[in-house]
Amino acid sequence: MDLYQELILEHSKRPHRAGLREPFDAEVHHVNPTCGDEVTVRVDLDGDVVKDLSYDALGCSISVASASVLSEQVTGHSVREALEAYTAMRSMLTSKGEDPGDEAVLGDGVAFAGVARYPARVKCALLGWTAFTDALARTGVDITLPEPVAEKG
Amino acid sequence: MSIPSAVPFSEEELTRIRADFPILDRTVRDGKPLVYLDSGATSQKPFVVLDAEREFYERHNSAVHRGAHQLSEEGTELYEDARATIASFVGAQPAEVVFTKNATEGLNLAAYAFSNGAHGGGGGTGSRFALGSGDEVLVTEMEHHANLIPWQELTRRTGATLRWVPVTEDGRLDLTDLESLLTERTKVFAFTHTSNVLGTVNPVRELADRAHAAGAVAVLDACQSVPHLPVNVSDLRVDLMAWSGHKMLGPLGIGVLWGRPEILDEMPVFLTGGSMIETVTMEGSTYAPVPQKFEAGVPMAAQAIGLGVAAQYLGELGMDRVAAHEEVLCAHLLKELAQRPWVHVIGPEAGPDRGGTVAFVVDGVHAHDVGQVLDADGVAVRVGHHCAWPLHRRFGVAATTRATVAAYSTLGEIDAMLASLDRVPELFGVDT
Repeated sequence: MDLYQELILEHSKRPHRAGLREPFDAEVHHVNPTCGDEVTVRVDLDGDVVKDLSYDALGCSISVASASVLSEQVTGHSVREALEAYTAMRSMLTSKGEDPGDEAVLGDGVAFAGVARYPARVKCALLGWTAFTDALARTGVDITLPEPVAEKG
Repeated sequence: MSIPSAVPFSEEELTRIRADFPILDRTVRDGKPLVYLDSGATSQKPFVVLDAEREFYERHNSAVHRGAHQLSEEGTELYEDARATIASFVGAQPAEVVFTKNATEGLNLAAYAFSNGAHGGGGGTGSRFALGSGDEVLVTEMEHHANLIPWQELTRRTGATLRWVPVTEDGRLDLTDLESLLTERTKVFAFTHTSNVLGTVNPVRELADRAHAAGAVAVLDACQSVPHLPVNVSDLRVDLMAWSGHKMLGPLGIGVLWGRPEILDEMPVFLTGGSMIETVTMEGSTYAPVPQKFEAGVPMAAQAIGLGVAAQYLGELGMDRVAAHEEVLCAHLLKELAQRPWVHVIGPEAGPDRGGTVAFVVDGVHAHDVGQVLDADGVAVRVGHHCAWPLHRRFGVAATTRATVAAYSTLGEIDAMLASLDRVPELFGVDT
């Protein structure tokens, strides 16, 4: 099946950086009401850098693996880079397969490109990421992204 | 409930039945034959139902119960004939059948009647509909959200208290403490006939009698029983019974609330507006007799007519034979699942008080992932909490995979699901 890439199964069996850690600036709890998947996300900011993202994910392989990739892609990065990763992930997942994802921005997240063809699972893959942006907003930082700069002439 | 020992469908009969359902011929996911085991969510529709809806729109489309022209007369007659067919399907009289959008609306209609009664509104006359603080509403832990949340909201609006009957480890109602739960304070006892998760068929008549002995109104959710078992309202002895049309081979957008005549007469109205009135002045209004007083607005005539045809179709198959057929399928599925130690069924063991709904957990694999593998093989099941979140919490699981059968389901489909299921552990690296 194109949905369950080896990378996704690996992340779901051995989620990276899993567990809730102290200290943190904001914590949120999000659920997927259609299936009962749950995720708790904590963010610890150091200035405009995501010093730590810790999480507790209970759910399907897609939602757990996605939270694992999220923690890898945003920890140690600036808030702006983290938001760009979120935007890229969301764009890929909601593209119905048009957007294959940019590995430079998403890392292992590109393994989720196949999820875009399964509308019922997009929410699973976005659960942790949406919770992350919510947690960021609760820390009080600005989560709006500047307009994308034209590039690649 | 005991089912007479009817003969299950023969293979030839089943082939003929399946030929009536056009969708069962289609393929999914790159040419795989559709294996539809999600009839508990919604059933498929036979040609006769689709034709009846189309014919209404092509020949008789009109606002029923309004206008004196020929189309309206024909439409009204077909609509009322459908009511009579559906009433007779459950052993009731036509005037006891109220058409609703779905079972959820039927249960909300009942719940709102109690709070409208509490405020002296809705044209009701019965004191039993005046709920207030000190009163109680009793439900069960195995209810679908549709037979739970309307009562939660009712008790919140009126200051009454919500209580519930717990569920045992083997998936039955725990009636040990029923005496202390069902008392003279209980105004409503709302429960399901067949659990949409566990498949448990509850002892409806006993529960209805207990409710009446306490002076409570007995409300039954019959969504998972009417399409699968012979159901007769006089045997069940409940006061109100709601079910949906689309789970019994009928169209979407139509449901039924049946009620005992004296209950419906006394019951305050819910939705108000056109069609449900007797007289209207600027100061106030009086309401039409039952069932019209509960059917505000231009009704969904095509759907009602389609549902009448669905009831007739099921009646011709014979509900005792449908039940016998589904019992064979369910017993086979339960036996096969029991041989897989990595699968855990929640719900009672096979038997006549067990409907064709089988929910299970695969060790170490989330239901969403199980469902995705089955879907890749063309097998449609439901995954999640099936709108019964408290019940899933009771069993300590976030979600289950649920297979449900209907009159047209086959042993071959069950085997196809099992073959697909057997791929799951390896794919997710789980030991069997």
